[in-house]
Amino acid sequence: MSSQALVEISDVNFAYDSRPILKGINMTFPKGKLIAIMGLSGCGKTTILRHIGGVLRPTRGYVKVDGQVMHELDHDNLYRMRRKMGMLFQFGALFTDMTVYDNVAFQMREHTQLPEEIIHDMVMMKLHAVGLYGTQNLMPAELSGGMARRVALARTIALDPMLIMYDEPFAGLDPISLTVVGQLIRRLNDALGATSIVVTHDVQESLKIVDYIYFVSDGAIIAEGTADDIRASGEAFVHQFVHGEMDGPIPFHYPGGNYKQDLGVRA
Amino acid sequence: MERTTLDLWVGAFVVAGIGALVVLAMKVGNLSTYNVSESYQLQAYFDNIGGLKSQASIKSAGVLVGRVTEVRLDTDSYKARVTMNIDKRYQFPKDTFANILTSGLLGEQYIGLMPGGDTETLKNGEIIKKTQSAMVLEDLIGKFIYSKAEGSNEGSK
Amino acid sequence: MPVARSLRNIGHRVVNAVWRAGFAARFFAMTLLYSGTSFRRFHLVVREMFSSGVMSLIIILVSGMFVGMVLGLQGYETLKRYGSESALGTLVALSLVRELGPVLAALLFASRAGSAMTAEIGLMKATEQISAMEMMAVNPIARVVAPRFWAGVISMPLLSAMFSAMGVFGGYVVGVVLIGVDEGSFWSQMQSAVDFQHDVLNGVIKSFVFGVAVTVIALFEGYDAPPTAEGVSGATTRTVVQSSLAILILDFILTAFMFRGD
Repeated sequence: MSSQALVEISDVNFAYDSRPILKGINMTFPKGKLIAIMGLSGCGKTTILRHIGGVLRPTRGYVKVDGQVMHELDHDNLYRMRRKMGMLFQFGALFTDMTVYDNVAFQMREHTQLPEEIIHDMVMMKLHAVGLYGTQNLMPAELSGGMARRVALARTIALDPMLIMYDEPFAGLDPISLTVVGQLIRRLNDALGATSIVVTHDVQESLKIVDYIYFVSDGAIIAEGTADDIRASGEAFVHQFVHGEMDGPIPFHYPGGNYKQDLGVRA
Repeated sequence: MERTTLDLWVGAFVVAGIGALVVLAMKVGNLSTYNVSESYQLQAYFDNIGGLKSQASIKSAGVLVGRVTEVRLDTDSYKARVTMNIDKRYQFPKDTFANILTSGLLGEQYIGLMPGGDTETLKNGEIIKKTQSAMVLEDLIGKFIYSKAEGSNEGSK
Repeated sequence: MPVARSLRNIGHRVVNAVWRAGFAARFFAMTLLYSGTSFRRFHLVVREMFSSGVMSLIIILVSGMFVGMVLGLQGYETLKRYGSESALGTLVALSLVRELGPVLAALLFASRAGSAMTAEIGLMKATEQISAMEMMAVNPIARVVAPRFWAGVISMPLLSAMFSAMGVFGGYVVGVVLIGVDEGSFWSQMQSAVDFQHDVLNGVIKSFVFGVAVTVIALFEGYDAPPTAEGVSGATTRTVVQSSLAILILDFILTAFMFRGD
């Protein structure tokens, strides 16, 4: 599996100031697969994505994409590498001052010298792929949340990237849009022959579509496996997370000291 | 907004802005009466220039004919050397007289040119020989007080 | 130790201010460095000139007109005491071209276009549009910041010239048309006193410098704003305050260099 790995994360440590965020992360993302990174908010999932995109430098270890160590690339090579990546941001991050058409055409215009007629055809194809042909003249503010996410998806895949990253693609979507976006992620990955990484805390939707899952808690991997492995996991935290239980390894109460003592109740 | 409408607006904006600059230059400023390329230089030495400054006007018979470009002290003669730009359209005889005058009682100082009768005219770079210095108010008052004092001393004797 | 604490507070603020000034200088250098795109694809600048220049037109023209009218009225009242109403044109034109045109136009530009730039870029950052651009291998300084910078720098002298021209017209309307100062002496005294190089060009240089200062402050504040609603609104306020201060301080320095005596 590792010989075919598109992304390889090896012993990555990262700290903001002196606060450790990632502690010795090891992950491999084989070509053609759809892989989820799951965990609670603030556990370091998005930080991992930022390392893959070369936005952050690890304090120890390295991230290799397509055989290249990201933090050793200079500005030009980093940008060349990023052209082969697509990233869908949490709320789409559509350019609010451009129409849907211009949003999807953005990278084509920035990175290619294609004539406008070809760009037009490509934009229409991408919009059709996400089921939004006909919205090209709308502004992002006129779209619903689910539609905006799909337009952003069309923009992400505009240049047919080899690696697509999704940062919380399911956040704030209604159940129908949720299924639509989930299915699109799977289908686009297979159709483009790309490799996809989904960072999410939406268990039920992602378990339906992904090939492999990494569970991250407090900056370290605590479980990994296929969807069935995860569902059947005996790990207390994974169990609590997958089944959404109120109390478990993640306590309901903030560790705020002795509450009874504060109220003056003698035990 | 359509790209063409946008271009149109911005184009109109730029034209209006440049138009405003031209108005400032021609109508408000003196660019219409002041042309560097069509001028020639003259120089003149003065004992005292008073408050004359560069950019001061040069007039002949009250008509603006040029501007002072440089004022400096000539360390050989310890006189003030004034360089002037004069409009090419106006030629002056060799024996022209340059006076430093004041517009109004307390107004700004300028150079007045009084043409003489010579048939030859001043060429570019030549020097106006006949000059008269500025009237400095302090000197006038000083002279006045001095003469008064003299007078009163004589009277007391 | 209240003394020690307030000393530490002052120290902290100074260190912070120096840091930010350094960041702003670096940001300015990056903007100039990545300006190539703005000139290769000039329509990006044109688009921003619409939102900063054209959209500021009305406020600039109306304010210019009224400032000129007030100058005409006040100037007349003052000059009348010395019997030199004919110098009204000189007074109106010199005050506008040298000082009020560049300074007031820049102040209006800072609060109209500068604050809008800050808010726009701050929002783009808060909604991850800037990060998205970076991940698409598009340099946001080259694509978003530099075109706005050049649009501001080009628009500012044009707006300032329009302000001054409008002001002179306002002064003319009040002085000549309403009060009845002699039209001939109004214009001729003005023309003999206002020098193209010394007054008009220096005014243009001033407004150019103000344009650079205002847009750099506005863009930096937007780019540096914390990505929250609070952060963006705070940055917008700082843009207006800081660029107004910068305009007035720079105006003093420039005036001292341009018009000292000669």
